[in-house]
Parts: sequence; structure tokens; C-alpha cells
Amino acid sequence: MGLLSDPQCRRALARMLVRLNTPLCILSYALGLLWFMALPPLAPRTHMSENAMGSTMVEEGFELGDRAVGLGREFGVQKDRVGGIPVSWLVRTMWGLGLEVHEQQFSVQLPFPDESRERYLVRGTNVYGILRAPRASSTEALVLSAGCVPGPHNNQAVGLLLALAAYFRGQIYWAKDIIFLINEHDLLGMEAWLEAYHDVNSSGQWAPLGRAGAIQAAVSLELSSDVLTSVDVALEGLDGRLPNLDLLSLTSAACAKHGLLCTLHGKLQHPAPSLPGGLQRLLLMALAQASGQPRGDHGLFFRYRIEALTLRVINSFRQHKDDLRALGRTLEGMFRKLNNLLERLHQSYFLYLLPSISCFVSIGIYFPALGFLLLVLAPRLLPLLPPLLVSHFAGVALYTLPVRGQNLAAKHFPVGEGEAVVLALTGIYIAGMALPHSTHRAWMVLKLLALLELGAQLLALALLNFSLGFLLAVTMVPAAAAVAPTGPRPLQVLLLVLASPAVSLLVAVAAERELQEAPAAPWEDWQRLLTALAQGLLLHHTHGAFLCPLLAMGTYPCWLLLWNVLCWGT
Amino acid sequence: MLAVLLLLLAGPGRAAAGPGPDALREELLLTPLPVGDVAATFQFRTRWDADLPRGAVSHYRLFPKALGQLVAALGVRELHLALTQGFWRTQAWGQPPLQAPAGAELWVWFQPTVTDVDKAWKELSNILSGIFCASLNFIDATNTVTPTASFKPLGLANGTDHNLLRYAVLPREVVCTENLTPWKKLLPCGSKAGLAVLLKAERLFHSSYHSQAVHIRPICRDASCLAVSWELRQTLTVVFDIFSSGQGKKDWSLFKMFSRTLTDACPLASQSKVYVDISPKNKEKELLEVTPAPTSVYEATVQGDKRTYAVYDLLSPSLFNTSRSLNVQFKWKRPEESSEMPIPVLHAQRYVSGYGLQTGEISTLIYNTHPYRAFPVILLETVPWYLRLYVHTLTIITKGKENKPSYIHYQPAQDRRRPHLLEMLIQLPANSVTKIKIQFERALLKWTEYPPDPNHGFYVSSSVLSALVPSIIAMKDVDVEESPLFTSLFPFSDGSSYFVRLYTEPLLVNLPTPDFSMPYNVICLTCTVVAVCYGSFYNLLTRTFHVEEPSRGGLAKRLANIIRRFRGVPLL
Repeated sequence: MGLLSDPQCRRALARMLVRLNTPLCILSYALGLLWFMALPPLAPRTHMSENAMGSTMVEEGFELGDRAVGLGREFGVQKDRVGGIPVSWLVRTMWGLGLEVHEQQFSVQLPFPDESRERYLVRGTNVYGILRAPRASSTEALVLSAGCVPGPHNNQAVGLLLALAAYFRGQIYWAKDIIFLINEHDLLGMEAWLEAYHDVNSSGQWAPLGRAGAIQAAVSLELSSDVLTSVDVALEGLDGRLPNLDLLSLTSAACAKHGLLCTLHGKLQHPAPSLPGGLQRLLLMALAQASGQPRGDHGLFFRYRIEALTLRVINSFRQHKDDLRALGRTLEGMFRKLNNLLERLHQSYFLYLLPSISCFVSIGIYFPALGFLLLVLAPRLLPLLPPLLVSHFAGVALYTLPVRGQNLAAKHFPVGEGEAVVLALTGIYIAGMALPHSTHRAWMVLKLLALLELGAQLLALALLNFSLGFLLAVTMVPAAAAVAPTGPRPLQVLLLVLASPAVSLLVAVAAERELQEAPAAPWEDWQRLLTALAQGLLLHHTHGAFLCPLLAMGTYPCWLLLWNVLCWGT
Repeated sequence: MLAVLLLLLAGPGRAAAGPGPDALREELLLTPLPVGDVAATFQFRTRWDADLPRGAVSHYRLFPKALGQLVAALGVRELHLALTQGFWRTQAWGQPPLQAPAGAELWVWFQPTVTDVDKAWKELSNILSGIFCASLNFIDATNTVTPTASFKPLGLANGTDHNLLRYAVLPREVVCTENLTPWKKLLPCGSKAGLAVLLKAERLFHSSYHSQAVHIRPICRDASCLAVSWELRQTLTVVFDIFSSGQGKKDWSLFKMFSRTLTDACPLASQSKVYVDISPKNKEKELLEVTPAPTSVYEATVQGDKRTYAVYDLLSPSLFNTSRSLNVQFKWKRPEESSEMPIPVLHAQRYVSGYGLQTGEISTLIYNTHPYRAFPVILLETVPWYLRLYVHTLTIITKGKENKPSYIHYQPAQDRRRPHLLEMLIQLPANSVTKIKIQFERALLKWTEYPPDPNHGFYVSSSVLSALVPSIIAMKDVDVEESPLFTSLFPFSDGSSYFVRLYTEPLLVNLPTPDFSMPYNVICLTCTVVAVCYGSFYNLLTRTFHVEEPSRGGLAKRLANIIRRFRGVPLL
């Protein structure tokens, strides 16, 4: 500490830091970006950390592939006949398989009509059968679920689920109860079921519901064809939460054992880890996680501390064909190993990014990237009140008004409720920029506050959802660091507008299409942006996702503060 | 008198069983359950016309010496020990003849002469732990309670001062062959002869439910009840999953279940019978048949229901005339179509609700499906101290209205010393569901208090429901010595109701667990490093130091320093 206590040395150091401030900031920002880009080659291979699942040899014996196809067809016929979930057929079939069958009726009130459903009140029924483990006292359970969706989709998933139930019922080694769940209306049905199972539904209806103790893990199945070429693993849940890495390792190991192709984001694993390919997948994962949207029905389990993932079968790689027997055996292997678990999955990582299915980047490796980005803000703070209130008021308005005022808007303007919400959202967003913002204090103080707030927000956010934190940091940090009322104004305005959360969202929507190698027209991107906004609001209101309030009440006011700094003195 | 009767029953060939003040009865009850499973309940009852605790006994014949000495030495009045693997699913299997909670359960009434009950209890659990190879030595003050109303003496009792009672459950106890073997060794015939030959561990643990128990209690020697006899009941209940082993067929036989058949009675037994429940289910004509033809048919009202039993008396010489062994077979004449199951009058469900690791809620649903009779039930909850119950959040709701319990006994927990005990008498209206909710907070344990598998969760033992359930059919009081054993453990109060004790599911609750692994440490370390770096960096750039020339001070100070120099003390 001689460096710090010697005044001469200190002064020289401080002078150097102040002089080299801008180059250092640029260097730090570039380092952050480079670090992130260098993640794919740095990623170590995934491995099984849980002993109970790793070394145990499991001999799979599932042979009911044809029965699964048959049951799926019958389910399709019954579904078309009833025009919804064929409750009585399912109850009868599951009873015949020797399960304890329960059904749950639910209704969900939506805050505004969704595009796909066009109604406020959604009613449905979930049917589930419980396979009671012998000599166990129903303290632990596993869940296998398949959604009942309209049209000719997902019938085979239900068929495979029932065939697996039939096979599992004849085995004696189960130590945990297994719940076979068929949920209607995707996420809404799953949310209703989880709320009822954990009795957190405030509406107070507690119909008798069979329970099986604490759920340890869940697998959701999406399958719409009799033959399959590859299995896509969807991990990202609500608010970008991820299951324990061991669950992914288990899935990829089980797939590999039965020769199934296992993909992530629909992309095959590259034979040799190349930089662009790895970065493409890493960015795809980051975008998917940052969106905060669940990528399957499994996404809602995480709140209840249940590790879950969705297996989605896609038919894109024509050179490879498998049948339901292989998938059934894969699932059997997974469930038997999960059945062996002595504790909840906790040995492996919860915070990670995946450049490919067999490699992972853990928090210790990816976090320095964000650290370098945030370092830009720190020196900026050193040399720098009141629009705060205005900005945060605008944020609260952005959060509350669109949904509250939808009826008013729909009455006075020729738009539907769903559209009204989205348009009000954009309206308030833009109006916030025009709010009065001159004060008598120095603009540096304001910038100081804005930067402090931004830094704290991004850091906290990155711990919860790294992808979102990192992507926001990438877009907002340069603009935030550069903004000042002096200097070339049009350039700064352009920079700040580009860094605004809404524009970032638009860019993200476009980038996702680009990365999926299916680019879209600008107008289409705009439409997708509006859809994403509506989706985000709906996710918040039905499932309690935090992305929407965070953007409206956290990031947006912060950005408005920076806008104020820019407009100083005009 | 009894001895003479015994002699007559035993016949000339079994003279060895004759004299002596003790007698053995063995019995097997086979009950097909509504879902197609089969429950087998063994009962072995040794009755001894001697006064055990007086210490006057030195010669043991049928009564096991290990238990007899225990009762005499520790002043035990009544002892009930059950070791159970699995959970009796009341909704699917109906009312159990004898239910026990998952794990190990022990409740004991001591004699009023015992001065230090806690010491005797500790000693007793340790000795039993040795006898039955079970972890009963883990019973200590943190899981022992003294219920005030739920556990009344089942045998002869003068007073019921509940301070003489101790009750404990170990929900995590795993029951296996090492517990079965010592239990079998207590039988007078071991597993060599009689019904006990069926107790083959390999088959017994290939089942859905396994519960073995020992009950010791004093009973009246005769109707006048002037002297006391001691009764030891060893019971064992198993439920076989016929669905999975029979490939969907529901027919079964003794050989299929136990991979053994019966060849003779225990030579020491005065009675040895097999009862098979053949009651018609839907009041229609019988759907099932049993072979070979039973020796007799017995009709009784059991748990409010009229039942018919086919009886095989192993002591009757005609049974083994045609074939050398008895293999009871049970066939369904036509498969059942309906999935309708008779719902038991009283059943319950318990679960933990909520999410997150800070708080939670224990919810218990109690169903009374009786069409027109209300009845009260006593609920006993024992909750470990590390779940801190908020008693003010206790709500009991029936049919949308609040239900006020007529009796509440609550003993709060003390950290690391004793558990919560909550006992309530709740009135259940006819045809109703009662929901009992109580919130709790999860305690953070000291890091050495976590077990090796902290992420498995912590068990909360089953809650106990005791009730006198009104019967739809009138029951007549029966003589204990004459009626089958399975009807005579719990005393009847009157003809209109029967006693039921139910246990709910044990719960598995996760406590906030420190991450004993590396990423957590990495995060902590990184944050510390960042904080230290940032702090010194900030210091460096904002704080400035000025070198100040030390001033020589004022006149007063210089004078003072001169004086100080003379005195030899440090200068100012």
C-alpha cells in the first residue's frame, strides 16, 4: 500500500487515470466484448456431478413404441371428437393402466385478450395420473408432462407418455411417485396446475387434488410425428432461469446412449468447436434467456425450485431417423436415474451459458465480461437531482397505464384491447422523452446518479439473468458513458436513441431471426416487436415474470435520466 | 379352565402345548382391496396369566423373555412399537385394520410407580433399538411429545395421567429384513411352523406397504376382571401389488404372494386360523370364489361395514385331509368394469403449500363422507422445532365457515430442545371437507447441524387423527376371547360407532441450506475482491493528502513540555 500512501505517487497515478480516462474506458469496453466473444473456445465440457445419476448403470427395457403410436392416434381421434381435451377417455385409459387418476378444472382471467385466444377468460382441464411408488410414503415425486394443444399437434407426445406410464407401472424399482400430467392451454394450464398443487392460488378453490409430495424434477414433452430425427432441449424458463446443469448432462448422455441426435436451439453440435459457430449459439442462448420467456411448458417449474426441461422433437435433419421406442428408452433412462437421486439436484451449476450442448461457461468465467463493461461507468462517476422523480414517475406510468387504460383507449380510438395496450406502451415511452427536465443543479450530478443506478441495476440483474444483464450492458453502457450536453449533439442523440431499451429490443428481435438464419423484413420485425411487448406484459400478469416491471420501472427511467443529461440547457 | 380348554383343542398329539398359564393364537387375514391389491394382516397373540411387573416371574415359556424383562424392569404399563415402510393409502385401500405412520412409531404408558419417566423412556428406546435393530436410539427430547388426548391406554388402566405417556415418531426410519428377523424371533414357533412360514423376507419386501408392530398391554384375566393378564400382540401388515405382478390380472393365491403354502399350525398355538374377506362389494351376487372350500364362514360387522369371511382353521384335521398343504386361491368370476370405489368415511390428506425458502404452510384436509352424521376428531401434530409455527395463523375452515375447535392443547417448541405439539378436537360436519392451515417459518440451522444430505429435505412426521366414527350398521359388543384378533385391538365404546386411528403422509420440507459447494465460495470471494479493489481505487482518486508542517505550539504548550521533560514523562 506504499503506492496509495505516498502522496507524490498517488497524485501521479490520479493524473494519469484522469488523462487516460477515455482510452481506458474504450479499452475496458472492448475487453468486455472480447471476453464474451472468447467464451466459446474457453468453455469446458459438461460433466455429471451428481453421483447418484452418473455411475449407476441402467438397462432400459421400454418396448412399447408401437403402442405409443397407437395411443397417440387414439388420443388424436378423441381430441377431435370432443374438440378439446378428452377428459373421460384419458381418465379411463389412465385408470386402465393402473394409475391413480385426478382431474383439475381451471379458469384463468387474462388482463387483456391474447392474440391467439381472443378472450379474457380461459377455461380448461388438466388430467394427471399418479404412479405410486411401492414402499414409499409419497414424499417425493417426478413429473412427466405433455400439453394437449389444438390441431394435430403433440398427439404422439401424449401417446408416448401413456405408453411410458403403462411400462413404468409394471416395474418395481420406483422410489419416487411419478406424475403423468396432460395439461391444456400450455403455460396457463401448467401454471394453474402448479398453483393448485402447491396451494398458492389465492382464489381459494381447493378441489380435492391428488398430491405426491415435493416434486424433484420435471420433463415436458413436445412431439408431433411418428418418426423423429432429433431432440431439441429447451432449458430457458420464466425470467431466464435455468435448470441445474446436471439435468442437461443427463439428457444429453441418455440421448447419446440411444443414438438420438440432441440439439440446442435447433442447431447441431459442431464437430470441432469453431469460434463463429460457438458464438452464434451462445448469442442465441443469451437472447433466449434475456427475453425472459419460457421456451416450453417446463419454464414455470423453477419458481417452485423444481429442475425442469422440455424435450422438443424436430424433424429437420433428414439423414437420421428414429422411432418412439428410442425416445421412450431415453426417457426411461432419464427417469430411472432421477429416481435414484438421494437429494435434490444441487451438485452442478445453476448459472451458466451454453455455446453447445456439451460445453458450458460457468458464472466464474462469464462474469468478468460484464465486469469490464461496468468498469467503464466507474471512472465516469468520479469526476460528476431532481429529474429523478419525473423519470421514475414516467416509468411507473409506463408500467401501470397501458393495461389499466386499455378500456378507455379502446373506447375512444379505433383499436382493439390488445393493440391499445401495445400502442399505449409505445406512446408513453416516447412521451417520457418530452417531459420537462431542466433543473438548477449541475448536469454532472444527474449523470452521476444515472450511472450509479444503471450500474447497480445491471450488476444485480446479471446475477439473476446474466444474458439480459450482459445484453443491456452492451447496448447501454457506451451511450451512458459518452452522454454529455457538450459535444456533437446529433451524434449523441442518435447514440442514445439506439441505446434505448425499446430499440435494443427491436435489434434483438431482428438479430434472433438473423441468427436463426431466417432473416425477416423490417416491417415484420416491427410486428414481432409489438408481439413481444404484448407477450411480455401477458407473461408478467399471468405468471409474474419480472422483465416487464424491470424494464418499465428500472431501465427506462435510467435511460430517461441520461436523456435529460443530453438535453441539458435546451 | 383355559388350560383345560387348550388341552382339548390341542388334542392328544400336542400335549406339549398343554399346561402353563400362557396361550398363543395366530391368525392371518387376507383382504382384497378396492383397487385390486391384497392386504395380508398377520396377528400373533400371546396371552400370559401372570403379573409381570411385580418381578415375581422367573420362568418364561411363550412370552419372549427380552420383552418380559423390559416390561418388568422399566415399569412399562403399555408399549406400542410399529415399524413401517410405505404409506397406507386410505382413499384407495379403505380403512386399515391397523395403520402406522411411515418410519418408526413408539408410544408407551408407564406405571404410576415410575418416578423419572424421561429416564425410563430413554432407557427403553435404547433397549428396543437393540432388540429390533432399529434406530430408535435417535428418539430424544427433540422428537418426543406427551399428547394429552390422542393416545389413551388400550388395555386395562386405572388412571390416565398423561404425564406417564411418551410418544415419538422417526419418519425417516427405513424398515428392512434386519428389523423383520428379530421380530420373527419373538414368535414362539419362530418362522419354522404355523402361519409364520409365510414370512419370507424376500416376498414381504416385494410389496407396496409393510408394517410390523408389537403391542404389549395388560388385559382382564376374565369377565370379572379381578386379576390382570398380559397380552403381547405381534402384527404384520403387507399389501401386495397384484396389478404389476399379475400383468393386469387380479387373481391371486397364497403361493403367488408368499411363494410358500401352509402345511400346519404352530404346535404351540391354541388357535390358528386364516380369514379371507369375501364380502360382496356391490350388494350383487358374488363375483369371486375361493378354493379350497373354507372350513366355515364367519360374518361380522367390522369398521361399520358388514363383512363375510371364509375361515380356514389350521387345527381342524379335515383341512389337510385332501392335500398336504393349504394354498388359498382367489379368483374373480368376471373382471370389474367400474372404477367406482367405496370412499372411507374418514380420510385425510396433508401437504406443504407455498414456495420459497422463507415461509410455508402446512395444510391438512380432513374428509367426513358420512351422509348425515357429524363426529369429532382429535388431531395431533408434532412439528420439529426448526419449522417455527405461527399459531396465530391457524385457521380451520369447514364449508366456507370458520370451525372453532372445542379443545386446543399447544406446547410451543424450544430450539434444539423439544418439538411443537398441537392437539385439537375438531367437529366434522356430515359430508364435509375441513381444511386446517398453519404457517411456519424455516429456521436457519447452525452449519454443523445439517445432516450429510441437507438437500434431501427434512421430514415432518405424520399427523395423527383419532376418531369415533359413527357406524351405519349397528354393531354388537363381542367377547374378545371369542372373536377374531383383527377386530379386538381397539375397544368399542358402544354399538353405534367404532374407533379409527389414521395417519397422514409425512412431509418433506426443504430448509434454507448454505451452498456447501464451490461456486458460492467463488461468488463470495469475487465480490470481496471487487469491493476491496473498488474501495481503494475510489480512495485513491478522491482523497488528497496534504503534508502539514508540525507547528511548535503556543507558549503554554512549550512550558508544559519543559516541565514534562524534567519529570521524564512523554511530551505533548
